[in-house]
Amino acid sequence: MNVLADAWSWLTTAAHWSGEDGVWNRLGEHLFLTVVSLAISCAIALPVALVLGHLGKGGALAVNLSNAGRAVPTFAVLVLLLLSPIGSYGDWPTIVALVLFAVPPLLTNAYVGVRGVDADVVRAARGMGMTGRQTLARVELPLAMPLILTGVRIAAVQLVATATVAALAGGGGLGRIITAGFNLASTPQVVAGACLVAVLALLVEGAFEGVQRLANTGGRGSGA
Amino acid sequence: MIAPPDDCLARNEWICGAYLSTRSEILTDAVVQHLQLTFVSVALGLVLALPLAVLARRRRWAAGPVLGVTTLLYTIPSLAMFSLLLPVYGLSAALVVAGLVLYSLTLLVRNILAGLRAVPEETRQAARGLGYGPLRLLLAVELPLALPAAMAGLRIATVSAVSLVTIGAIVGHGGLGNLIYSGMNTYFKAQVLTASVLCVLIAAAADLLLLGAQHLLTPWTRGRAA
Repeated sequence: MNVLADAWSWLTTAAHWSGEDGVWNRLGEHLFLTVVSLAISCAIALPVALVLGHLGKGGALAVNLSNAGRAVPTFAVLVLLLLSPIGSYGDWPTIVALVLFAVPPLLTNAYVGVRGVDADVVRAARGMGMTGRQTLARVELPLAMPLILTGVRIAAVQLVATATVAALAGGGGLGRIITAGFNLASTPQVVAGACLVAVLALLVEGAFEGVQRLANTGGRGSGA
Repeated sequence: MIAPPDDCLARNEWICGAYLSTRSEILTDAVVQHLQLTFVSVALGLVLALPLAVLARRRRWAAGPVLGVTTLLYTIPSLAMFSLLLPVYGLSAALVVAGLVLYSLTLLVRNILAGLRAVPEETRQAARGLGYGPLRLLLAVELPLALPAAMAGLRIATVSAVSLVTIGAIVGHGGLGNLIYSGMNTYFKAQVLTASVLCVLIAAAADLLLLGAQHLLTPWTRGRAA
């Protein structure tokens, strides 16, 4: 339990929170990487998934991409990108790697969500004279929303985790506190950094779960 | 003056046959370590997950806490998980195994439980009517019927473990991850690419192997598909 006490005293030392290597700065980097990557991945994956789901094409691709993504080590992709020509562009190798790993869950869940909409409902919409675009925007999209949000939640938690690993490949974020702790052979710092990362991941998961619950009850309320 | 050798190693190319032939020993060692870490972790995860899933199925009160705790563990990023285990295990292979066990536990418990819950009540009652006790019901009826779902979980857990072993490089026990890590520090492109590709190949091979095993273990699902 000595280590926990040491980790606690590391966390409660004001000097560890300020400056470039401080917790606040690393947390800011972590959130920046996560938010930017999540926005880019949503912008790429969601339109593609919605259109593919609407047309009912490319299902095998959408599902297999998720499975393939799991087999590729995030660490390997981070290092490969770092050594590639884009490696010299600051945060970009990290962001590209993060986007690559956030796209599959977004794509798969949004695709499955749109495909899962009751065919009778879609037919009814068409019978009412809705165009394909209107059907997608007013019928399929709202009905697929729970699964789309699940995909966004999985992607966000995955991004927090991958952004941590990015520190191994020289990226910023809270993972840097952990890797610096390893380099200093300071177990308290390693444990303190790990606690910060774990708490952040759990908070992100919890926040998205809250959003999902709100969205679900909202849908039910307007339906009644 | 002797001219430096002009081969792909000297030019630091991504794809390099000379790397494979000159470092085959290092590569083999890394692959073996990678396979050992993966196998031990998933096997331990399976041994722990089975009783937990059965407990969660049999005792209603246990399902919530078991699923809650394993999901909580799964949310913790891998690097943080390994770091949190550092005070307990030190810089050892046991640390990597313990972290991976905790991850595979989540996937396995969830899938085995889903498989057990999907066993039709009529089937269970029919077995009870034939005089099956709780243990025989579990071993001869419920577990075989839960096998396809459990194997799906095992495949996901194995593939994830293969990829997560690489993070073990932070404590020097990462199998191929060690080569990626040292390759990054020395800017050795051929080493990073070769180790990465081997990782993906191991994951794909393990997935196919388990798929084959599932095919052999569940002959009754084959007739239906044909």
